[in-house]
Amino acid sequence: MPFGNTHNNFKLNYSLDDEFPDLSQHNNHMAKALTKEIYAKLRDKQTPTGYTLDDVIQTGVDNPGHPFIMTVGCVAGDEESYDVFKDLLDPVISDRHGGYKATDKHRTDLNHENLKGGDDLDPNYVVSSRVRTGRSIKGYSLPPHNSRGERRAIEKLSIEALNSLGGEFKGKYYPLKDMTDQEQEQLIADHFLFDKPVSPLLLAAGMARDWPDARGIWHNDEKTFLVWVNEEDHLRVISMQQGGNMREVFRRFCLGLKKIEEIFKKHNHGFMWNEHLGFILTCPSNLGTGLRGGVHVKLPKLSTHPKFEEILTRLRLQKRGTGGVDTASVGGVFDISNADRLGSSEVEQVQLVVDGVKLMVEMEKKLEKGEAIDSMIPSQK
Amino acid sequence: MPFGNTHNQLKMKYSAAQEFPDLSKHNNHMAKVLTMEMYERLRDKQTPSGFTLDDVIQTGVDNPGHPFIMTVGCVAGDEETYVVFKDLLDPVIEDRHGGYKPTDKHKTDLNPDHLKGGDDLDPNYVLSSRVRTGRSIRGFCLPPHCSRGERRTIEKLSIDALSSLGSDLKGKYYALKNMTEEEQQRLIDDHFLFDKPVSPLLLASGMARDWPDARGIWHNDSKTFLVWVNEEDHLRVISMQKGGNMKEVFTRFCTGLTKIEALFKQKGHEFMWNEHLGYVLTCPSNLGTGLRGGVHVKLLIPTLPQFSRVYGNFFSLFKFCGVDTAAVGGVFDISNADRLGFSEVELVQMVVDGVKLLVEMEKRLEKGQSIDDLMPSQK
Repeated sequence: MPFGNTHNNFKLNYSLDDEFPDLSQHNNHMAKALTKEIYAKLRDKQTPTGYTLDDVIQTGVDNPGHPFIMTVGCVAGDEESYDVFKDLLDPVISDRHGGYKATDKHRTDLNHENLKGGDDLDPNYVVSSRVRTGRSIKGYSLPPHNSRGERRAIEKLSIEALNSLGGEFKGKYYPLKDMTDQEQEQLIADHFLFDKPVSPLLLAAGMARDWPDARGIWHNDEKTFLVWVNEEDHLRVISMQQGGNMREVFRRFCLGLKKIEEIFKKHNHGFMWNEHLGFILTCPSNLGTGLRGGVHVKLPKLSTHPKFEEILTRLRLQKRGTGGVDTASVGGVFDISNADRLGSSEVEQVQLVVDGVKLMVEMEKKLEKGEAIDSMIPSQK
Repeated sequence: MPFGNTHNQLKMKYSAAQEFPDLSKHNNHMAKVLTMEMYERLRDKQTPSGFTLDDVIQTGVDNPGHPFIMTVGCVAGDEETYVVFKDLLDPVIEDRHGGYKPTDKHKTDLNPDHLKGGDDLDPNYVLSSRVRTGRSIRGFCLPPHCSRGERRTIEKLSIDALSSLGSDLKGKYYALKNMTEEEQQRLIDDHFLFDKPVSPLLLASGMARDWPDARGIWHNDSKTFLVWVNEEDHLRVISMQKGGNMKEVFTRFCTGLTKIEALFKQKGHEFMWNEHLGYVLTCPSNLGTGLRGGVHVKLLIPTLPQFSRVYGNFFSLFKFCGVDTAAVGGVFDISNADRLGFSEVELVQMVVDGVKLLVEMEKRLEKGQSIDDLMPSQK
């Protein structure tokens, strides 16, 4: 792979115009933000671990995007990427995160007791509830950039931390490369298993290198708390269960995360975090809370209502199919989750999901009875 | 992408054992050859353009291979890769190229007059003839490593050189990114168009970066001479035509290549070449001549069960003659198996002689005659 700093200096022999990517067919946040001036200014820079501008943007150059789906088109290789390349990443962040300014401060609130309600979403409609986030371990490069040695160290630390968890969190780690067929089938049946990325967005960023080395899945015995190690982020932490008790899901989420963070801190490897960007993750779209909290909910009538999209937008929610990002809904069941990541806290984002889903289920019930829902349409949150 | 040399230095904080790839499930030349000791010795090195050991081996780490197909599992990022990482690449080359030693010298012979015969392969059997090779332009990094600026310069130089070709080599360049739908369809119909690589072997080594920037296809008006720019190598040069006149195909091949080389030299650019490895290309499997010369030939009888019962795997015989075979619908693609340690003329001679013999055997068998006296011995 090319982005050596020796090679980066070598590239300076070529003019700006020679090296500037052709983004004429492109539609992603990076292509919108990257000007020749910015490229000229940043092209000779590198982070302390040697990540360069071309490294940051390669995925966006290789994946022009889609007329309707705005991909991010850039990734971080380490914590310092967001600093060294702020001239590019600040406008990308602002565009992606609703105008978030370079001077804004982000709020972190992982106190589950601050959530109001959320324990009574109607299980006749709300099939399951889930909250996920990512965490990066300070002092290591991120998945697009890290070496096998770094990745293995992250895995080792993660296994230590996770194995020391007890009570409702007691569980087991399954490394991808040593998995038995039986274990693999069980994890697939539980919808826990993650596979080698096939998305060209991830492949072009270098996240699949050395697969499946140092990748694995940990989950608790009750299968309600799950951690992915070394997939798109160092850690992806997921709390989930059947039914509509989002309050319980969020409690477990916050508690589990806190426990894990303590253990990492003891080893002098806290999570990457700062008061401007919150939790630092590989993709700029996941900055802030990195949190996607949501439900699988049956909304066959509401989803065909002409105002469905508008309702979601006003509630600051987004819909996905039941397979996750870029999938379709099956049988009127939608994945509804918070749209925001940066600029509001974890509690605030989950509150929006809880309140929004509660409202939408009421709307669905009304529509079932043939009643209008116009008076229920919310104002912009 | 990670392989910054700043990052390479950072990796030195981790022990060789911590960084050494897990190759336990792997079956490729790199995995066979790479030891912990070798990794330790080479891990802090870089070529002048900054290509590192991990860059060389990444494709082989990411693609464990196949129990039956031996892939190479490593690539070069520049000319110097073959020197800086010779401790790894020499044994890979030796294993891949039939025992070729680090002290061996390679012969280059692009004089078509040295080819004996080859103009009379029976077109009732030999449907088409083709010779291809690759060339790298000295002073530039190779496709796994080159930047957009380098790649665009290679494209520009190539267009300059190719547009000065005349007479039967006169032609036109089609840049992948500016192609009209019409041009694209025609190039597909002619079987000239190459697409963004999908093979994980190529993708893992970084050769598809910035696609389709600075990639293109040039061909002459008579569609018998074709050049691919910036695909797996800087240049891939192909001479082809219907029927069995391999001599003509090879003559055009040599003439065209020689002209292109002269044009590059005029602008102060040579092809990468040395007397040990011959022409230097991205994949170690293509070193030497980088030449694959072959035919599509219709041979029915050897695939019939009553035949294989008597003669066994007919085509494995031809491995001894240095030809490789694959079949689709009764039409076999027969080409030379070697690249390094034999000259271009020698390799095309093997194909010509081998195919001539095959066609003779086919004709005998059609008449119900024996072919025992025609069986080839080890070349």
